[in-house]
Amino acid sequence: MRKTLIIARRELAGYFVSPMAYVLVALLLLTTGLWFFQRIFVPGREASLKPLFEAMAYIMIFAVPLLTMRQLAEEYHAGTIETLMTVPVSDGQVVAGKFLGVMGFYLVLLATTLILLLLMTIFGQPDPGVAASGYLGMVLLGGMYVAIGLFASSMTHYQLVAAIVAIAICAAMALLPPLLVAHGGEPWGRLAMGVNVTEYFKDFASGRFDSRGVIFFASVAAVFLYLSVKTLESKRWR
Amino acid sequence: MPDNQAMIDVKNLTKWYGPVLAVDDISFTVEPGHIVGFLGPNGAGKSTTLKILTCFLPASAGKAAVAGFDVLADSMEVRRRVGYMPESVPLYGEMRVQEYLMYRAALREVPARQRKAAVERVAERCWLSKPENMMRRRLDQLSRGYKQRVGLADVLLHSPSVLVLDEPTIGLDPAQIRSMRELIQSLAGDHTVILSSHILAEVEQTCTNLIIIAGGKIAAAGTPGELRQKVIGPNRIITELKGAEPDALNAAVTAVAGVGSAETQRAGSWTRLVVTADGDADPRAEIFQMASEKGFTVRELRRQVASLEDYFVQITYEQNMDAQRLA
Repeated sequence: MRKTLIIARRELAGYFVSPMAYVLVALLLLTTGLWFFQRIFVPGREASLKPLFEAMAYIMIFAVPLLTMRQLAEEYHAGTIETLMTVPVSDGQVVAGKFLGVMGFYLVLLATTLILLLLMTIFGQPDPGVAASGYLGMVLLGGMYVAIGLFASSMTHYQLVAAIVAIAICAAMALLPPLLVAHGGEPWGRLAMGVNVTEYFKDFASGRFDSRGVIFFASVAAVFLYLSVKTLESKRWR
Repeated sequence: MPDNQAMIDVKNLTKWYGPVLAVDDISFTVEPGHIVGFLGPNGAGKSTTLKILTCFLPASAGKAAVAGFDVLADSMEVRRRVGYMPESVPLYGEMRVQEYLMYRAALREVPARQRKAAVERVAERCWLSKPENMMRRRLDQLSRGYKQRVGLADVLLHSPSVLVLDEPTIGLDPAQIRSMRELIQSLAGDHTVILSSHILAEVEQTCTNLIIIAGGKIAAAGTPGELRQKVIGPNRIITELKGAEPDALNAAVTAVAGVGSAETQRAGSWTRLVVTADGDADPRAEIFQMASEKGFTVRELRRQVASLEDYFVQITYEQNMDAQRLA
């Protein structure tokens, strides 16, 4: 656990000296801000947070893979994987450390959007319960995307490939099930309902806490973290 | 670990990369406190062997143990006792020297309170503390020589019993090579060092023992002195004489005590004899005495010192020929 945190701290600190992280913060604030002032922050309209969270969830499909792409791919590319894997740390500790490090920065990213919530509180009365469950949903969804991103990054030396693969998996998970539910017919529709990321997230965004969602996001994240550890291990056997 | 045990023990180690055989059934041991030079042409299997020893790569067959621990079964124990510097000295470019060494010290299980002292100690030892701002520089802004020093400082942090350095002097300028060599020599005794190189002159000066590897196999091993002996074979003496017919000269020289056989070559009006001595005998004085007694004129009389360099070039050449034949 101690070494996991040591690795996590290094990864987190790494974001603050990389231009990529600042660009991402700026882009996230720009897009959510535009969305916010056009659709939500309008006099006379209900101070509803749901559209804001839904917009953020879509943005994260692209933002999170950009955060995770370098994690392992860059270690392979620069060769630092050799110095990392010859000190007494296990593959699991490396993946867990990187996951926590990225999550740390993801939380920072998420926290910057609190300014929108603040504006809304000054000019209206948003529901604090919805805000809390929405942010919880964002954290769970983010955890799942980060795990997917780490898995993609564990497979390749190229950051770009890692980003594209991760975006593809995240997009497929967020966008395909709703389509299948609507047009798939039996049994695809029913199966897709069980893995419908968008639907699970909608519950959180509209203030309904659903333990099925928690379990779904956490278990998908666990599966992808496990796959990342195995991919990292197998890299050396080839 | 028991006293009489070798620090590094490699038995029948084999490594395949897919269909390519990189290391072919090699065995060797390294005694504590020795500096062992792993010498071989590019692609001989040096780096692969070092990567297996440091638990980065698993072997395809065979065993390797460091300080009594198996690299596969007790990987973490081995990693605690080994400091490994890969060939390219990979570093995290965005980190600063001090920050990087503190991070590595933590990963190497240096207790939190001793980390700062450990970093200061290795910085001093690797000449990183000199320009005042050195420790605050970003790693991607360092010159090759300084990066190499940071890499070496890193592996010394936890005072490991075994240091594994892959091509520690590659890419350095002559002055840096000399200081790196002195540094490595100063580490002997406390640490067992195994380093690889494809430059003979370098390891010959630094190392107590050499292992010459080519085409994935050990071609020769021993102290530089022993190797030179092995390579040259029995003593050979070259002499050029005048004063009788070649056959008569040959017979006269062969009759000298300590001489095994002699080959005759013509060298103008002179006769050149390549003499093979019996065992370790050095019959130069006797040959000269015989010549002066019989009134022969001597213009050359010397022992042939074959260089390790010749042997190494020959090995390298053979490996390249083999590679061409296979291709």
